[in-house]
Amino acid sequence: MNSEKYQELIDKHKPKERRAKNALIAFIVGGIMGIIGQFLIDAYSNLFSISNSDAAVFMIMTLVFIACLFTAFGFFDNWVAFAKCGLIIPITGFAHSMTSSGMEYRKEGPIYGVGSNVFKLAGSVIFYGVVSAWTFGMIRLLIMGG
Amino acid sequence: MIYLYSFLFAGFICLIGQVILDNTKLSPGHITSLFVVIGSSLDIFNIYDKIILYVGGGALVPITSFGHSLIHGALDKASDFGPIGIAMGMFDLTAPGISAAIVFTFFLTLFFKPKD
Repeated sequence: MNSEKYQELIDKHKPKERRAKNALIAFIVGGIMGIIGQFLIDAYSNLFSISNSDAAVFMIMTLVFIACLFTAFGFFDNWVAFAKCGLIIPITGFAHSMTSSGMEYRKEGPIYGVGSNVFKLAGSVIFYGVVSAWTFGMIRLLIMGG
Repeated sequence: MIYLYSFLFAGFICLIGQVILDNTKLSPGHITSLFVVIGSSLDIFNIYDKIILYVGGGALVPITSFGHSLIHGALDKASDFGPIGIAMGMFDLTAPGISAAIVFTFFLTLFFKPKD
């Protein structure tokens, strides 16, 4: 086998392996986030003796706080670069995108810097979430009777 | 057992996101928006409610639950006020997450500078 053919083979296999590894890391990290979420729900509902749905709100606020704080400390960016969708798809990605764009535009002032850029990435999530929720809500309400 | 289901479900959602991210030209912004739409669409036939019943926290952590909470709050209000209730209750359940993220971001950007 000559070196050119060998190079071709490497190119064919290299990205595929990285994809499999990325997918595995995303699966494991995302799964651990799910376990943390369930653990926090159990902990809060036992600690404050509240219902599971209230504990879920506390859990989401905790995860948002942790993600914002770690982003401000600077090492959450490296975690996201490593785990990719494992941390982007959970609610931590939403919080991370807000804090990181807030930090990025910090030097442009509090109004046109932080205030108007915080929702630069998270805005599309809220925007299309509301549009789809309105559409599907109307479908359920008008066609299926609520 | 619910911890195992949580791990598998949340991991599976992230796995799908990662596969889409690696094999198409879509950016993370596209994928999170897409997953929110999927989450709210799964609530048409109450599918996501059933998933949460079995999976617990694993279904509440991914961004799909954000879309589910939007439509769930909207439909709760809509049962009292009709179509206008959809707009009234839209942010009922997601308000804590969004408010918390805004407040934390405000204070953290006051005190922390970007590293580079």
